Amino acid sequence: MATFTLPKNSTVGEGRTHAAPAGAKNVRSFKIYRWDPDGGANPRTDTYDIDLDQCGPMVLDALIKIKNEVDSTLTFRRSCREGICGSCSMNIDGLNTLACLKPIEEVKGDVRISPLPHMPVVKDLVPDLSQIYAQLRSVEPWLKADTPPPPDGERLQSKEERAKLDGLWECILCFCCSTACPSYWWNGDRYLGPAVLLQAYRWIADSRDEATGERLDALEDPFKLYRCHTIMNCTRTCPKGLNPAQAIGEIKKLMVERQG
Amino acid sequence: MAAPTIRSLRSPLGRVRGLGAAKGGTHHWWMMRVTSIALLPLTLWLVFSLARMPDATWQQATAWIGRPFNAVLLLAFLAAAFHHTAYGLQEVVEDYVRGEMTKLGALLAVKGLCAVLWLTATLAVLRIAV
Repeated sequence: MATFTLPKNSTVGEGRTHAAPAGAKNVRSFKIYRWDPDGGANPRTDTYDIDLDQCGPMVLDALIKIKNEVDSTLTFRRSCREGICGSCSMNIDGLNTLACLKPIEEVKGDVRISPLPHMPVVKDLVPDLSQIYAQLRSVEPWLKADTPPPPDGERLQSKEERAKLDGLWECILCFCCSTACPSYWWNGDRYLGPAVLLQAYRWIADSRDEATGERLDALEDPFKLYRCHTIMNCTRTCPKGLNPAQAIGEIKKLMVERQG
Repeated sequence: MAAPTIRSLRSPLGRVRGLGAAKGGTHHWWMMRVTSIALLPLTLWLVFSLARMPDATWQQATAWIGRPFNAVLLLAFLAAAFHHTAYGLQEVVEDYVRGEMTKLGALLAVKGLCAVLWLTATLAVLRIAV
């Protein structure tokens, strides 16, 4: 059966508490998942009490403050701090999102932070994404055309054709959606997951691409595509407001369309 | 803690490509939709019909089944319902059951049971109606 409980060496214990500096008035507790591959110990939850009067507004601001001022061993990915690089995706207050776009104010009570669910953990909040990157590579997310481009310019699209890519090109590959999908949790080794399927559809929907049939062939599989049961967690969690479930639905419609 | 045992050094891309696309699944997905749409009116018809004869005797019930209109709709209901059940349970097995042999066994058991139940129910309707 699929595994519904954590193995013994993955159960999370209580960790250390770092108190806020004396005199702090506006204190909030950040409860953060910690795991060190070198220590051999189980994961634990460390508590950091942060003075919000001395901290930026977003969850990422608090993480950077903790790393700079309280505990330099805390490990997480971040880069652009404005929701365009997709590095700081993590589970905050029970929902996968980008730490840089999540205001601390939106969280009621303690701010609970853990890595993207159901992925192997490299350290603390850093998940191992090598499988999901390989899945992205497997759908060949680049333009494929046998017709050479016009010698004097780029391949053209009508405005209507270009409009079909809206809601698809904005994906920043943070993988909040795939790691929120129960189908991806249970069958991630074979199911491609919402993020990768949205990327696949981005090229299926591109009027300049000439490999549409080949792309549909590669997806026509009970596991790669049809593990999607329209649970909609992907759409609910997407920090960019995109709709991966709809993209998957469009792929399924094309699969039926080409048979009849 | 002992270092995790590495069982495969195959590249992530090789693992993800695996055995390739099975070139199937669309028929399964489409038939789930078709049978569920067919079951909407059929189930409503059956429920209303049964609700209208709570005190029916054996003779009245068999006479009702024996009418061609009712018999045909009953057979259609049984076909759609058992097809939908078998395909739905197949999804559950594929989602949650691990191990190729266990999965194969579970799928054969589910499909076999649904087929036998469908044939039994169909025979019952035919014996009464024909």
